[in-house]
This record gives sequence, structure tokens and C-alpha cells, in this order.
Amino acid sequence: MIAAIEAALKKPVFGCHMCGQCVLHSTGLTCPMECPKTLRNGPCGGVRPDGHCEVKPEMRCVWVKAVERSRRLPWAHEIHDIRPPVDNRLEGTSSWVNLYTGRDKQTPEGWHVEA
Amino acid sequence: MSRLEDAIAAGRFVVTAELLTVDTAGVYEKFAPYEDYVDAVNATDNTSAHAHASPLAVAIALKQLGMEPVMQLTCRDRNRLALEAEIAGAALHGIENICCLTGDDVTAGDEPEARRVFDLDSIQLLALGTAMANGTYLSGRKIDPAPHLFLGAVENAGAPPFDYRVDRALKKVRAGARFLQLQVGFRPEQTDAFMREAVAKGLADQCALIPSICLVRSPGALRFIDANVPGIEVPAETIERCERAQDPEAECFEVACELAEHARSLPGVAGLHLISFRREAGIARLCQRLEIPTREARADSRPVAV
Repeated sequence: MIAAIEAALKKPVFGCHMCGQCVLHSTGLTCPMECPKTLRNGPCGGVRPDGHCEVKPEMRCVWVKAVERSRRLPWAHEIHDIRPPVDNRLEGTSSWVNLYTGRDKQTPEGWHVEA
Repeated sequence: MSRLEDAIAAGRFVVTAELLTVDTAGVYEKFAPYEDYVDAVNATDNTSAHAHASPLAVAIALKQLGMEPVMQLTCRDRNRLALEAEIAGAALHGIENICCLTGDDVTAGDEPEARRVFDLDSIQLLALGTAMANGTYLSGRKIDPAPHLFLGAVENAGAPPFDYRVDRALKKVRAGARFLQLQVGFRPEQTDAFMREAVAKGLADQCALIPSICLVRSPGALRFIDANVPGIEVPAETIERCERAQDPEAECFEVACELAEHARSLPGVAGLHLISFRREAGIARLCQRLEIPTREARADSRPVAV
């Protein structure tokens, strides 16, 4: 139920893919799952000279937008966070619920990099 | 400690090269023309999303032939389990240098219908390599003995967002990168800007920055790179300059020499990564032209600022 409401709100606004571990806050309110390579930590090296996507030339690179927008936010520094790998089990679940329960912050035991 | 790690730790100028793609034969012939000059040779991972012999297989072959490999690993074709298996497999064969890349998209290749993976990104892959070097898989399961790894990555000074590239490189360093081979760039002013920021933000102190130089035979090859290789732009004036020259092949070599000379002169540059398309001998010739001594001669001499 909550997942359905979240999807209904976030899909039209952010192109949300319901990864269940939302990082919009630290990526300039730009969903990194919109990147064809689903990169969570910044742009790949294939960004075109005009700032468009290597894979979809008609689309502006998600990370070019994310970096630009993040600079206008009071928490601009969060763009530099190292975001852990996606937990694929959470796909389709509500990130609001996962944020509330702390489930979205769980990382594999061997993941030791500081954000 | 790998030869590359040792040279970097000692502050010696390093030279690496990219092995032309290998399928089922011919590894030695591809690096033989320049073997005396390079500290290590990159075994590529399905470059431009075209299938070839796996980087681990090529890295093993290089090692058996007495050349130190840098095993490239991209996130395009493997999920995290497969990436862990490749790193463990590399360690099993004494391969320490691992260069972690995102990878060109499948649409850049000749099998664009393939499924792209990207279960991890390059920064997460570096962090995974760091975890393994510290003795565990991502799950926390122990690896005994923990492998000694010398991890690196790539950064592209020539792709937008230009003012975020050094910050992204710093993320890579935090995730465990100790060397960065910079993507080929044909605009020296972009390398300049990247290196200035890299020095100012301390990136150059934390990892070895190695700009790449690309050697081609013809202006047509420059056009091909500009049109087909993601993330590399060749200025029209550079292509025209080579086309107009009396000897276009010699002019292409001149362009590479100028770019190499310029990159080497920049503060914070630790070495050069040389990529030659279908013309391996150009690498040795470029080293001679720039008066870069052979690897042995570099190892014998005291480190000097170049």
C-alpha cells in the first residue's frame, strides 16, 4: 500500500524506479536509477561533450544534472558520499518504510568504506 | 609488491601501455616492440563492448611471458559475485594490479542486444577490491590468505561535468584507488585544468596520476575515435592538421608526441599510459623521442622530477 503511494508520487516527479533505498536527497534530487548504467556514485567517463548520455544521446546525463542541482542545496557536500551497492532484494519495496526501519542503511558485512 | 607499485612508491616515472585486444593467440607479439619501456601492460576487458579473451586469461598470459599485467575489470559484464571471483582468481595467479572501470555501455559494441549488468559501479568495485585486500568478500566471509592488491581506476578529464571529475577521482581514492590512468584526451587545456585541481585538492599526493596518450596511424583513425569511442573527443582542428600535412602518418605521431610532452610537463603527473591502435612500435618510438629511458635504466637511476 505505502509502496503504491510512493510509486504514484515519485514516478512522475523523479522517474523513480522503486529501488527501495532512495538516495535522491544526496544526489541533487535526481534519481541515479535513471542512468542507463544505474551508477550511484557519479557520472561515467562516457558523457558526451554536450553533457548528454553516452547511451541515450537525446537525454542529458543524469549525473550532470545531479551535480548541478546538488550545488543549489544546503547539503551540497552529500554529493561526495560514497553510496554502497544496491540491495537488489529491496526493489519494489517502499523506501519510506525502509528509511523508517533503517533497512535501507544495512550494508553487507564486508562493506567498510565510510560514506 | 608489484613492479608498478614499487616504481610508484619509489617516485619513479612510470610507463604503462594498453595491450591491443587478444582473442585466441598472439599476446607476445603485441607487447614485444615496447617491452623494455613499460612497467606494466593493461589487459583490457572487452573494450568498447566487443568480446575478446578475458582480462584474467590475458593477464595470466602476460605474466607467463614475463610482463607485469594490470588487469582491467569493468562492471558491465559481471555481477558482484563474478567480480569477486575474478579478483580472487587474479590473486591466485599472483596478479596484483587491478584497474577498476565502469565500462563502455553494451550499445557501444557489436552486440548491443546484450544485457548490461552494472550490479556495482567503479567506486563500489574499488571498495570491493579493498575489502578483499583486507581479507573478506563483500559478505564478510574470510579470504585466507588475504591477497595483496594494488588497485587503480580511470578518470576522464575530458568529459562533463568537468568541475566534478577531480571530486569523483577523490571518491575513487577513498574507495582504495592508488593509481589513476586518465582517459585519452586530445585537448591539453582539459588535462591542464584537471591536473591543477588535482594538485590543489591533494589528489596527486594520494594516488599516481597517469595521463593516457593515444597513437594512431591516420587522420581517419582520429575521426573514428571521435565518432565511436565514448568519452573521447578529437578536436576538428587536430584532425584537419593531420589531413593537411604532407605526411599524415608522421603528423599523427607528432600530435601524440606533443600531447605526451605536455602531459609529462604538468606538476603531479606520475607517468604516462600509452595506447597504440594497430601500431605497437609507435610506443617505443614515442619513448625514444621523449627521451624516456628504458624501464631498467629508470630503475637504476635516482628519481628525478620530470
